[in-house]
This record gives sequence, C-alpha cells and structure tokens, in this order.
Amino acid sequence: MSEALSHSPGLPGLPALSLVPKTDAKQSAKEFKTDQEVRWCPGCGDYAILAAVQSFLPELGLRRENIVFVSGIGCSSRFPYYMNTYGVHSIHGRAPAIATGLSVSRPDLSVWVVTGDGDSLSIGGNHLIHALRRNVNLKILLFNNRIYGLTKGQYSPTSEVGKITKSTPMGSLDNPFNPVSLALGAEATFVARTIDSDRKHLTETLRAAVNHRGTSLIEIYQNCNIFNDGAFDPLKESATRDDVTIRLVHGQPIRFGVDGSRGVVRADDGSLQVVDVAQAGEDRLVVHDAHAEDPSVAFALSRLSDPMTLANTPIGVFRDVDRPSYDELAVAQVARAKEAAGGTADLAALIAGGDTWQVD
Amino acid sequence: MQRRVAPLLPPAYEGAVVGRPGNDPASDRSRSARQHVSKQVVQLDRVIIRFAGDSGDGMQLTGDRFTSSTAMFGNDLSTLPDFPAEIRAPAGTLPGVSAFQLHFADHDIMTPGDAPNVLVAMNPAALKVNLTDLPRGADVIVNTDEFTPRALTKAGFASNPIEDGTLESYAVHAIPLTSMTVEALKVFDMGKKDAERAKNMFALGLLSWLYHRPTDGTISYLRTKFAKSPTILAANLAAFEAGWSFGETTEDFAVQYEVKPAHLPQGKYRNISGNLALSYGLVAAGQLTGLPVFLGSYPITPASDILHELSKHKKFGVTTFQAEDEIAGVGAALGAAYGGALGVTTTSGPGLALKSETIGLAVALELPLVVIDVQRGGPSTGLPTKTEQSDLLQAMFGRNGEAPVPIVAPRSPSDCFHAALEAARIATTYRTPVLLLSDGYLANGSEPWRLPEVAELPDLTVAFATEANQTMPDGSQQFWPYLRDPQTLARPWAVPGTPGLEHRIGGLEKADGTGEISYDPTNHDHMVRLRQAKITGITVPDLEVEDPDAAARVLVLGWGSTYGPIGAACRRVRADGGSIAQAHLRHLNPFPANTEAVLRSYERVLIPEMNLGQLALLVRGRYLIDAVGYNQVRGLPFKAEELAGVIKDVISNV
Ligand code: SF4
Repeated sequence: MSEALSHSPGLPGLPALSLVPKTDAKQSAKEFKTDQEVRWCPGCGDYAILAAVQSFLPELGLRRENIVFVSGIGCSSRFPYYMNTYGVHSIHGRAPAIATGLSVSRPDLSVWVVTGDGDSLSIGGNHLIHALRRNVNLKILLFNNRIYGLTKGQYSPTSEVGKITKSTPMGSLDNPFNPVSLALGAEATFVARTIDSDRKHLTETLRAAVNHRGTSLIEIYQNCNIFNDGAFDPLKESATRDDVTIRLVHGQPIRFGVDGSRGVVRADDGSLQVVDVAQAGEDRLVVHDAHAEDPSVAFALSRLSDPMTLANTPIGVFRDVDRPSYDELAVAQVARAKEAAGGTADLAALIAGGDTWQVD
Repeated sequence: MQRRVAPLLPPAYEGAVVGRPGNDPASDRSRSARQHVSKQVVQLDRVIIRFAGDSGDGMQLTGDRFTSSTAMFGNDLSTLPDFPAEIRAPAGTLPGVSAFQLHFADHDIMTPGDAPNVLVAMNPAALKVNLTDLPRGADVIVNTDEFTPRALTKAGFASNPIEDGTLESYAVHAIPLTSMTVEALKVFDMGKKDAERAKNMFALGLLSWLYHRPTDGTISYLRTKFAKSPTILAANLAAFEAGWSFGETTEDFAVQYEVKPAHLPQGKYRNISGNLALSYGLVAAGQLTGLPVFLGSYPITPASDILHELSKHKKFGVTTFQAEDEIAGVGAALGAAYGGALGVTTTSGPGLALKSETIGLAVALELPLVVIDVQRGGPSTGLPTKTEQSDLLQAMFGRNGEAPVPIVAPRSPSDCFHAALEAARIATTYRTPVLLLSDGYLANGSEPWRLPEVAELPDLTVAFATEANQTMPDGSQQFWPYLRDPQTLARPWAVPGTPGLEHRIGGLEKADGTGEISYDPTNHDHMVRLRQAKITGITVPDLEVEDPDAAARVLVLGWGSTYGPIGAACRRVRADGGSIAQAHLRHLNPFPANTEAVLRSYERVLIPEMNLGQLALLVRGRYLIDAVGYNQVRGLPFKAEELAGVIKDVISNV
C-alpha cells in the first residue's frame, strides 16, 4: 500500500475489494448455502434477505474463503451459519468491534456485519457509531424489524412511541432512533435503506454498497411476522407504497407518489419539505446528490419520514462519499514504519534501548 | 536558620565505611573534570531516597533521572513511584503529594526499601505525609522557601516543623531550593515562575553530588528533551549544575556518600519498568510466534503506557487500535486473532470487568488471546494509581458459565517481559485466552535487567490449519473446527483465506468435533469438561522452592509482585538465624503439578497477599491445606521488615 494514501484523503483510492482475491471459477448462489437447517420462523423477512445475499455474492467473483460474516445476537445474527463462507456468531452488540479487528488486520478479506436494531442500536450502539466514524472497511446489514424477536417481543430502540409490547403493556415511552439519521450523524460515508421484500432494490443497494471504500451501512426494513407483523406494510402494499415511499436516485430530482405528483423542495428556512409538484413547480425540486461532502441534506432527507405512519420514507442511497478507510490508513502506517526501518526491525536493539551497561 | 548536619554516621545507614574521595574506581565515574572540595566520603552498602513534592513539582522525573544515573553507575536498584490519580491535585495539599522512592545498593536487592534514609521534601505537605515513614537519624532535605505560614496551615502544621523541634531526631538540611534556583537562573531571560520550575533539577543536582552519581545521562536527557527550547534547556542545565555546586561548596553537607556498583551476574544490563518490559515482551512474542501483533485497547491507569509504547513499534508489524471502549478493545483483538494475528488487549481491573463477556466468547471460540490486567486498588474506580492484587479471583472466575482461563503473573518489573512470552506461548499453543496479571507496583517500578540473548528466547512458531482433518464414511474430506490435538486438546486455528476450511463458529454451544450448534445435554456436559481439561492440562514449569538450610518448617507462598518483599523478608529472617522456605507462583491457573507436594512438605504455609486472601482461598479450595493469610490492601507493596515479623510469628507458633 502506498504512502500517498494516508496523505490524500478525498482522492479516489482503493475500492473496498481491491485486495480481496478473486476466483475464475463460476459461482452460483448454491455454493454460498450451507447444509444447516435455517431456523427462522416461517415467513420471516430474514429468508428473503439471505436469498438475496446468496444470489448477489457470485456477481463479485470473490474467493469464498476470503469472505467473512460476523454477527452479534438476535434473530438476524444467525445469518453467518447459513453462509458457506467464514463466519463468527459473536455476542450481543459487539460484531462491529470484532469485525473491526479482523478487517484492519486482514485487508484481503471482505468483511460483513449482520446485525439487528436491538443488537446495533441498543446494546451495541457505541460500536456501531464508532465503526461508522472511523470508516472501517465493513459492509453492515442492519435488519430493522422494530422489535426484539429472539427474546420474544419487547419493544426496540426503533419501535414507534406508544408501542404495546410484553415489556410495555401501557405503551413504550421513548422516542425511536432513525438508523439512517444516526449513521449520517456519525458521518458515515455510505448510508442506504432498502426493504426485505423488494428483491430488486435490495440487490441494487448491495451492489452499490459492496465496493464502497470504508463502512457501508444498509438499513433493511425486515418484517417480523411473529412479533411485529406488517410493520412496513405501508411501504409494501400496492395501494399505499407509491404514496409513502421516496425512491432516492443520485442525480435525479426527488419525486414520488402516484404519477410523481409529489416532490421534495427546500423551504425558506433551509429545511426540506414534501410538496405538491404541480403547485411548487418542477424546477424547485431538490436533485439528490449522494456524493455531497456535507451530510446535512442527506440528514434532512432522513428526517422526512414519519416514524408512526412511515409516510415520506426515503429508500435508496442517502450518502456515498469517498474517504480513505481506517483500514487503509492503519495498514499504511505499519507499512511506512517498516519501510523507514529498511526492513530491519532488530529485537535485540529494541529491548536494549539506549542506556545499557556491562557487568563482567 | 540552617542547621548543620553532624558529620557522624546517621544510624539509618547500615554497613557504612568511611573513606576518602577519589581512591576508588567509582568516583572517577562521577565528574572527572570537577575540582573537589575535600569532603569526607562515606561508603554505604545501600541507600533509600524518597523524593516528595507537589504533583506539579516534577518528582517523578527527578526520581527517574536519579534512577537512570544509578543504573548506569552499576548499582542494583528498585523503585516505587507513588503519585495521586489527579494530574494536578490542588497545590500544597496532602493528597496532592507525589513521591518517588529509590533503593540502590552495592549488592542485589529485592524491594524499593521500607523506610527512606533520605527524604527530599519540596513543601510542607510532602514533609507531613512522609515523616511517619522516616527512621530516626534520617536526612531530611527541606525546601524552606515553601514553608510559608499559608503552606504550613494547608499541610496541617500549627507551627514551622523546621523550627519547633518536630525534626529534632533527624539530620535536617534546610535549604531555600526555590530561591537558590531563581538566583542561579537570573542570567536567563525568563520569568520567575519559569525559573522556579527548574527547582527539581537543582534538587537532582544536589542529590547527584551527594551520592556521587554520574551526570552525563541527565545532561544528555535534558538536551534531547528540550532540544527545541534552548532557553529552557540552558536553565535546566544551569539549575542542575547549581545544585551540584551547592553540595560541593556548602558546609551544610560535610560528607558525601558512595555506594559502589553491585556484583551482579555477568551480562549486559539496562534499567526497565514493568510496563516497558511487558510491551517489549509483546513485541518479542510477535517476532517469536511469527504473527503480527494486534493490540486493541482503551486508555486506563496504570495500563495505558503499554498502549503508548506498542504504538511506537509498528515497524515490528505491531498494529495498535485505540478502541471506543474496553469491550471494543478486546473485541477487536479477538477479531484480529480470528484472522490469525496475536490478539492482545491491555487494561486494569474495571476494564477487565467490562471485557469479561468477550473473554468468555474467546473461551468458547477457542482462539488465542492475551489479556493483560495491570491491577490497581479496587473495587470500582478504587485507587487508580495504587497497587493491589485483588483481581485474581476476577481473572479466575469473572465470567458467566464454566469458562476457565489460564493465568500468568510476573514477579518483578523485568519479569514482565518473560511473562508476556509465556502468556503468548500458552495462548497460541492451547488456543485460549490467557490472563496476565501485572500490577501498579510492577508497572511503574523499575529494576536493572540483564538482557536476554534474542537467540535464546523460546521458539513460539505457530502453524495454522491448511487442510481438511476428517474423512467421512463416504470417503469425502471435511474440516471439523473442533477436532482436537490429542496432546494439547487445542482445536485447529483455521484462518479466513484458507480454501476449503470455511466454517462458522460462535458463542453457542458446539458439538464436539464438528463445531456445529448443539443443545444436546450430554454434549454440553462433555464440552464443559473438555474445555476445563484443556486448561488443567496446560504444561507449566514446576514450582521451585528456596529453602537454603533445608530445615524450614514454614513455607511462604506468594504470587505476582510480592516476590521482592517476601524474598527480602525471608533474607532478614535467615540473617537472624531463622529457617524459612519461599515459593512463588508464576502460574495461577493451572497451578504447577508439584504444588500440592511442595505445600504438604511444610508444617505451615503462609500466604501474604495485597488482597483479602484470594490465593489462600484457591489453595484451600484446591488442596484442603489450611494456609495462613497475611493481607494488606493499602495500595502499597509490603515492607520487608513487616513481613519478616509476620514470618517470625508464624515460625514461633508452629
Ligand atoms: S421472531 Fe421475528 S425476526 Fe425472529 S425469526 Fe421469527 S419472524 Fe423472524
């Protein structure tokens, strides 16, 4: 790795997978399946995500042994057992920390983190924001089902206020996190949202994320049909979905609704607003710029959605900017130190230090 | 105002011989060029000096410099820095006192000493705090400039102890250190405050003269440290020089002392602190295993120095990662270990508590991991800068479930190097997290270290798994991540990137062999016992006993940093005609195989610990031996004299 890397933040550098060995052999989804019986509840949204990832990976042509899935604890965190790659099913909330150590010390690996809303936003919140801030070369799939599934149905940090669950029989009191807003607040360099049931959009999002330099955070709205069934129905049902979903496309005016009748404009106070396009005028529409250095507009977009009704929910890539990954910089420092030493790191000289004396 | 010191031998010195200057090889190692005012030179076999002042007075630096010169001179030595947790505690207060004790001798010594022969007190608070430790006749050098009515009140003196007879039993040297420093620096273009700051160098110069210390080391140290600020450099050099000259010319010091170099085993030596030795041990472990070292760490006293030190050694393939918290520190280290690095995390007691779940995961994953706990006073935040041995049971049992972890404990600052190698050996050989228990006393204390030959260090080469290890009934080959080496019971270390060995591991219970998730009751019982058997079966060297006359009926058993004080206490007991055996545990889990036999061959086992009896609990539980504990948790190492008294009591009662 060249010395220049660490001195040129902002310049296009190594894409995430450039050091991961490729295979010439043709791969199929089948090779990425394990012989383990998948143990999610029938109908769980996790199945669709697993199938999408298994079908997508062959596109990359990476050697299977150089791919690692690391997860925490929760329904989604069983994911690595079903991927015929290397995998670690770790402990609650800590997957980003464990994956950071792995990724930084092994630039030849494609490291994925699979986590849920409780795993990454409650118990593991600290590790998530710091991985994002550092821009570690991780692809983080955050399955957001807005509930605790594995522990049988308590409200989660993304549950809407007033949620009636086993632990909140009179309704939950605390304001939910919006994972995209949180990630943008941490200045994550790649932030996207997609939906379990929209295979095409999910795959496109994976494709956009996988070659990103540094951390990619993909929030995947995932249905838990046992404890929070239908949580994302407004975004899924044909009667409502076009009305509530804002599909973000880089370089395109932000427009949605049946016949594209609604759009996003900048209000006089600088905030973003959803308006009737016919009234506001097409030329006032905000053109989505995922590559904007400043995350403010992306953040404002993430605030448009209503956590109760899901009205005005953007999906797609909110932000995708180029910054050196923590991994590159860390590896470059070690390489530079080795180079400066001219390949001679002398242990005897190190332990002797400067001040020695001889006893005869 | 100044009282003259009697040119008689103060009773605090042992084995002093009066001589003349310049007639032994040691004296020309001090300052050959300088014109000596003829003063009496007294030969001593050992000296204990304590520098004490305000946290901002630079006492640790002064102590460090004096130590370096003493090491270069060839004395054996042992040090005890003792400072408050606050970076700058309120000036002039008792809790704000920072001290550095140094014991040096012409023979090998084991501790920083019980009671100082010389106290340098830079202010009334420093005098007040340290006076109780001073034996009668000790030299007390006080900085009279700081003994103002206000400072005296702050320190709790009703009147000035220099004048009211409080110090009657001591040889007092009342010296206006601050104003003399300012006077010496008035040629420099600097404010009074800045000039005053150099008073520790004046004190260092004076003490260097008093004990015939070589000065070159301090001069070159100052040159490097202040290379970018010529005025400050010149001022510090001048203050140092002025202190030296003052000693030479003042009538206040009628004698100069000499402690000849010690007769240590042949070899090349350096002075080293525990944290530095530990850091070097980790770098060496990386070289000897052939693995890149990955340190995941979060700053915590008194372990942070290891993070600082390792971050300087990237050229050895060391990566340091300052994590967002203790959990991420160990998590990242474990992730790196999964990828084939030598994963290390460093912390102190509170951090170890936070890491326990991840260490449990490492036990389940059966991956190598070195966890270093530089123990400090607890519980909770406790005494961050003071020493204690109270994390032994946390290291042993502080995880959910049956999660055995080997424990290694260094016995002296330089031994931290070898303990780090041993921890790495066990971790990589047995694929297990290993806990290394250092403590604040070892971490910051220092001693001369005979440098090992790199070629003689153990070969710790590690082999990763490269191929399938199981032939199925149909003849096909599979890789089973939990198939064990029959000797060590270690599982294969198969790192990502190895084709054909793709596997999934996790914290859920695994089926023996295949490593697949298993909730089977019999399998779980079997796996719990297997993991325990692996740790119990670790090969560790036998426990050695020092019992010179082979007549001892009492054995003193210790572990970790109490080695020095226990050893010194045993010497005292023997010097007084008693018989006592000493054994010291480096391995606390598993215990050496001969431990029970050793313990049973004595009528009584005494276990001194800086906790309330944690090793004693393990020994009793394991061997049903009714060991006697001696326990102190004052944040300071044991004193040899105190321990010698305890040992004599136990001997007289068997
Ligand atoms: S509890 Fe919910 S999230 Fe978990 S597996 Fe079942 S359906 Fe999926």
